[in-house]
Amino acid sequence: MREVAIIGIGMTKFGELWDKSFRELVAEAGIQAILDAGIEGEEIDALYLGGMSTGRFIGQEHVGPLAVEVAGLEDLHLPATRVEAACASGGVAMHQGFLAVASGMYDIVVVGGAEKMTDVVGGEATNILASAADREWESFFGITFPGLYALIAKYHMHKYGTTQEQLAMVAVKNHYNGSMNPKAQFRRKISVEDVLKSPLVADPLHLLDCSPITDGAAVAILAPLDIAKKYTDKIVKIKASALACDTLSYHGRKRFDSLPAAVEAAKRAYKMAGIEPKDVDLAEVHDCFTIAEIIAIEDLGFVEKGKGGKATEEGLTALDGEIPVNTSGGLKAKGHPVGATGVAQINELVMQLRGEAGERQVKDATIGLAHNVGGSGGTAVVHILEAI
Amino acid sequence: MAAIVGYGAYVPRYRIKVEEIARIWGKQAASISSGLYVFEKSVPGIDEDTATISVEAARRAVKHAKINPKEIGAIYVGSESHPYAVKPTATIVAEAIEATPELTAADYEFACKAGTAGMQNCIALVKSNMIKYGMAIGADVAQAAPGDALEYTAAAGGAAFIIGKEGIAEINDTVSFTTDTPDFWRREGEPYPGHGERFTGEPAYFKHVMNAAKMLMEKLGTKPSDYDYAVFHQPNGKFPMRVAKKLGFEKKQIEDGLLCPIIGNTYSGSSMLGLAAVLDVAKAGSRIIVVSYGSGAGSDAFDITVTDKIEEYERQGIRKMLENKEYVDYATYMKLRREFE
Repeated sequence: MREVAIIGIGMTKFGELWDKSFRELVAEAGIQAILDAGIEGEEIDALYLGGMSTGRFIGQEHVGPLAVEVAGLEDLHLPATRVEAACASGGVAMHQGFLAVASGMYDIVVVGGAEKMTDVVGGEATNILASAADREWESFFGITFPGLYALIAKYHMHKYGTTQEQLAMVAVKNHYNGSMNPKAQFRRKISVEDVLKSPLVADPLHLLDCSPITDGAAVAILAPLDIAKKYTDKIVKIKASALACDTLSYHGRKRFDSLPAAVEAAKRAYKMAGIEPKDVDLAEVHDCFTIAEIIAIEDLGFVEKGKGGKATEEGLTALDGEIPVNTSGGLKAKGHPVGATGVAQINELVMQLRGEAGERQVKDATIGLAHNVGGSGGTAVVHILEAI
Repeated sequence: MAAIVGYGAYVPRYRIKVEEIARIWGKQAASISSGLYVFEKSVPGIDEDTATISVEAARRAVKHAKINPKEIGAIYVGSESHPYAVKPTATIVAEAIEATPELTAADYEFACKAGTAGMQNCIALVKSNMIKYGMAIGADVAQAAPGDALEYTAAAGGAAFIIGKEGIAEINDTVSFTTDTPDFWRREGEPYPGHGERFTGEPAYFKHVMNAAKMLMEKLGTKPSDYDYAVFHQPNGKFPMRVAKKLGFEKKQIEDGLLCPIIGNTYSGSSMLGLAAVLDVAKAGSRIIVVSYGSGAGSDAFDITVTDKIEEYERQGIRKMLENKEYVDYATYMKLRREFE
């Protein structure tokens, strides 16, 4: 298996991009990444594009060739694959891209993620997102993602004494970080009081505990490590890429205070990278709801199970903390265009590891971890990147 | 030159509080009220509709303007809740105020700005000497689906303006900014409008209102501080306040015309009622900017200077009228809206 590096990244601004279509988002992020990598279109060997529900959000499936057409590479008849794994579509696309390069099949691989979510109104976005849960046993009975994560939060609060204020502190931290990210959807700092006073969505989750509906796209370009030097001096290596799955339904799980697939993906990734949780300098985790970040930092082994709320309160995950988490603002503040999120996390890590994160730069960051979750934990992807 | 000769406003006396609507749907009233900056809205009586509201407003305008209604050569009623799909409201008004039969009349629809579109037509007809007086009305018994976000604001009311060559306020200029933007709509036969939720904000309301205001000020070489009063369409209380701030107007310039927090969004009546409330308190020489907004989408902007004639004009006292109110509960509200029929 060959070692794999990331030689280019690109990302649109995240937000309600009323005047940009899916196609334009893909083009914008793609062009940025190609310019960043300094490659020619003709050098690209394959393309993977993560998109959760383009068919229902914009009535467009078959987005692999759409990306090829947008890139103007139809004459190469580029092999393009659309990857779907709900909110982990981007992360799984990264995993596929990694495998393609590592296997020796392709050299230069473009991995993208994109979602255009604001073209639907009413409860439609919530309904589309609910298709990432078990339609037959969950969604049909009315449970939505805020509902599912509210159950998880209630259980965590009951079992470990996690408080609503601690949940809110995740949002406060991520909004603070997002305020320094020019591409974030929300750049407004908020207080614990703001979170607690915002409308209740699903008890105990308030509006500001939830990630938003977002349009956006992100791209990363992969190459074998041995030729990466040709393109860049600031090489970021993919030290591990691990995917793990579980039951589709939440009620089918073995435990409810954790996402076992994430625990397993993390275990595999740490093993592959030959590191331990304490070696991680910063992490981008899947904070689709504030409780999700608390559970994530436990599942990743940064803190003991049940201590995530307390650790957040004590500043472990703050920008100047021991393990800064979601320096980009996370899904909460940066925005969550579902299919793009996994690749956007990689964008943030690469910027941090290259020392290009500006105001929110984590000092001496060498090892970064990305944790991307699909549904209520049916899919989990963990990537570990290293600056070399 | 064209001028406002007289104006009349009418808002039904029934009110429902945001709290009462929120109670039914299990929502937090405080966050809705502070989010929208709306506390209560007007509700039409069971025998009130856009035609009766238009007639009430038109009668008051004629009475205060002290003109002979036979000299009104055009009546346009802008609304998105005309009682008939085919058969004009404007003829009902014309007959009721005894302006018939020597006049032209028509109903307009451009979401919430059909009334100001009527004003522009009256201005054109007056300036071209085709008519002596024209009357433009914006009125609605605004529709909102039960449980929809619009329900907290969709209200009833209207205002009528008589346009002539000379009057209490000169209309210095008017411009419009129009695009095809589907932010809010209601198809033929549908009882309630649909909307694009947050899409109704930045790319719709803010884009059009701000562009129309800027176009007008650029054309006339004016700046926000040149105006004593500003009225922006009021789909809720927040949007006009935010648009004012973005354009560089101060709170005190918009306060007098901001009725939405206490009566809700009267759709086609909204910006015209705001202008009427400003004329209630304006002095000779006061300069006013008015910008309407209609979904679909467009904005009409007007630059107006109040004349000496305002001093002898018997003003209606709209805020005083609004004090006469009676609160209803949600079930009564539904009955008055004829939702049970």
